[in-house]
Amino acid sequence: MANLASNFIGIKSPNPFWLASAPPTDKEYNVRRAFEAGWGGVVWKTLGEEGPPVVNVNGPRYGAIWGADRRLLGLNNIELITDRPLQTNLDEMTRVKKDWPDRALVASLMVPVNEDAWKAILDRVAETGCDCVELNFGCPHGMSERGMGSAVGQVPEYVQQVAEWCKKHTDLPVIVKLTPNISDIRKPAQAAKDGGADAVSLINTINSITSVDLDLFAPEPTIDGKGAHGGYCGPAVKPIALNMVAEIARTPSLAGLPISGIGGVTTWRDAAEFMALGAGNVQVCTAAMTYGFKIVQEMISGLSQFMDEKGFTSIDQLVGRAVPNLSDWQHLNLNYVAKARIDQDACIKCGRCYAACEDTSHQAITMSPDRVFEVDDSECVACNLCVNVCPVEGCITMEQLAPGTVDQRTGKVVPADYANWTTHPNNPGSCAAE
Amino acid sequence: MSQNTFTPGIVAGRLDPGEYTANFADLHPPLDPHEALVAADRCYFCHDAPCITACPTSIDIPLFIRQIATDTPEAAARTIFDQNILGGMCARVCPTETLCEEACVREAAEGKPVLIGRLQRYATDTAMAANHHPYSRAEPTGKRVAVVGAGPAGLACAHRLAMHGHDVTLFDARDRIGGLNEYGIAAYKTVGGFARAEVDWLLQIGGIEVKTGQRLGEQISLEGLRGDFDAVFLGVGLGGVNALGFAGEDSSGIEDAVDFIADLRQAHDLAKLPVGRDVVVIGGGMTAIDAAVQARLLGALNVTLVYRRGRERMNASPYEQDLAASKGVRIVTNARPVAIHGNGAVREIELEYTDDELRPTGQTIRLAADQVFKAIGQTLTGDDLPARDGGKLAVTGPGRTSIKGVWAGGDCAAGGDDLTVTAVAQGRDVAEDIHASLTGKAG
Repeated sequence: MANLASNFIGIKSPNPFWLASAPPTDKEYNVRRAFEAGWGGVVWKTLGEEGPPVVNVNGPRYGAIWGADRRLLGLNNIELITDRPLQTNLDEMTRVKKDWPDRALVASLMVPVNEDAWKAILDRVAETGCDCVELNFGCPHGMSERGMGSAVGQVPEYVQQVAEWCKKHTDLPVIVKLTPNISDIRKPAQAAKDGGADAVSLINTINSITSVDLDLFAPEPTIDGKGAHGGYCGPAVKPIALNMVAEIARTPSLAGLPISGIGGVTTWRDAAEFMALGAGNVQVCTAAMTYGFKIVQEMISGLSQFMDEKGFTSIDQLVGRAVPNLSDWQHLNLNYVAKARIDQDACIKCGRCYAACEDTSHQAITMSPDRVFEVDDSECVACNLCVNVCPVEGCITMEQLAPGTVDQRTGKVVPADYANWTTHPNNPGSCAAE
Repeated sequence: MSQNTFTPGIVAGRLDPGEYTANFADLHPPLDPHEALVAADRCYFCHDAPCITACPTSIDIPLFIRQIATDTPEAAARTIFDQNILGGMCARVCPTETLCEEACVREAAEGKPVLIGRLQRYATDTAMAANHHPYSRAEPTGKRVAVVGAGPAGLACAHRLAMHGHDVTLFDARDRIGGLNEYGIAAYKTVGGFARAEVDWLLQIGGIEVKTGQRLGEQISLEGLRGDFDAVFLGVGLGGVNALGFAGEDSSGIEDAVDFIADLRQAHDLAKLPVGRDVVVIGGGMTAIDAAVQARLLGALNVTLVYRRGRERMNASPYEQDLAASKGVRIVTNARPVAIHGNGAVREIELEYTDDELRPTGQTIRLAADQVFKAIGQTLTGDDLPARDGGKLAVTGPGRTSIKGVWAGGDCAAGGDDLTVTAVAQGRDVAEDIHASLTGKAG
């Protein structure tokens, strides 16, 4: 079994799987159960400032979309930060950390944008013995209407300012949690770094309406006939989160900024993908809310097996390994030529590849009267749509044309060398290779 | 005194009341809405789908399944009814394992086809539960068509003709219309009076006058109908039953399987329906299976189905054979009956083993039998009919017989598969041909 021990900005945990700040981490009872199940760390549900706690709606807080057999694919929530008294949370955090010293315990914080408020809360949480603070600049619903959460995360100047205050008023490491509801994730990440943050975590949830009740004509979840946008999470958001994590990881000015990856992590594989794109650890919420805390056992065994198979002895060897392979489009090799290949033995003759190619692509798949589907290399551009719509895994593959062979579509010999758009003759801005 | 499964002879009431109810419950319970969604999701929405080709009525199966998957089963039902107005019955009785589900690409891929038949039932049941008939009649044409035989072919023909605005008179020899849907077909495939409900629903289109107790050659004649109507459709089915052809066939206890099935379908109280202790069914088709299984379900102790060739040659599908075996029916193949033994009433049946070419081997066995059902095929009966082809009515194109103005379809016409769904397809297509003929659009 590979060693999964994690050291994220100096915070040690037995594995890189943390529970994100969210309903599952709202109280001692849950967090103890999470640690018993094996979670490496917990980011406690976001704490607000001293005083009367926030209140939540008393109708549905979640909406969802489902796949076949009602498999939950995406979840949306309009729950606010903790609605329990601050001292209650602090007392519980203290007790839990004392009993579980080997696990990471992170305090998530959200208070108004003024230095005194941040100093006050930082002083309070420091007494719990927690390992770190995470600044919640991400929640897109409710609190953002009050100038907090994503309202902060959407303004890089605020991000930097608050990060600076926090670094000034606490010795604990500071993670800035970013909102994806922004056009360029690198800007708030840069602001966090410039403000002295030790790391960023992303993504928080995405502005969303999961569905509309077509009888009430009201967005879901519906409270007394009305609906408000919520924050979207779960498997559906993973591709968006992966891209944002990767954008930060590959930006030179952000190089070395540790990232805690969040967004639809459901299995060990999802976690490995986030880590390969630069996340030092991952945070999980929706998967736990869907299946319970026990899923961490699969994450631990799966990541261990994967690392063993790859010969990795520590997760550092995995983190960022795919980042060098993330490229701008303009640098992709235009001399790489592939064609679709259909394994006739595996084909079940559903004809989806044909319909997709004939109706919506390049008319590069032929169909015989006895339902044999074949690729016409003279039309195939290797778009991969047939692979994507084929219900049989591995039946259709994209095979590279070896350099020196003729591409039937273009009539040209496939070159062995690399060439991209920047040097392509059709590019008005191209410059000849020197 | 109460009877039980060991009571010799042909007696009623072998089972407890609860056992009858359980034995004749729905063979495949309806899918609930969630099950339907899960089953529908398995459909790949194939291009030019093989299941459509395999369906004798060419129902657009991927489309109706997608309509179920998107929670519009009523629209799915409309897709089905457009091609097959008896889609509800066909969903229950079609041998889907040799039609659409055999062609399903997931059968090829995994040996587990999409549950097309049960999904079709889900859609049609949902629509029919609303008791709304989705079709209306075109402007009246003033043309009158006689449809003789109110089975699947005749009903499909009558409905389509009525839809086109023709006035239809639907004749049937029996007291109730529905044909084999009403008098044939195993009871556990069409529970809850479905056949009757479907007919009532179908007739809601209007323009169809029903006349029962009208047997061709008795109360009505083809000659008379040709004089009274602009066109005649014959969907009279096969009224005769083939004989075994040896001595003792008239012994007490030897019966036609179709009569047994009809009695069972019409019975108000199954506990009053007599059945033998040792039942032998002769034949290898669906009628034989239906009779054998139902004899077991009525409490017969031993039921043996005897077929003259090997199992793979049986008309009943492997699925039906397995169903029979699972109900405790013993299937004896490569054997033909050669003699009935008993003093007036059958006591034993003597079989001789035969090879697949029906050559006798000289080896014989005897089975105890107090009831023997003949299910070795049915024949067209009646004189004064159009020309025949191999015992059935010769047809060209969409059911045109040798007599101008007379069409035929269903089991009585040559060339079909003797399936409900085939009969529906033929009745529908004949109706279109009659319509074209009557409106001067015939090709």
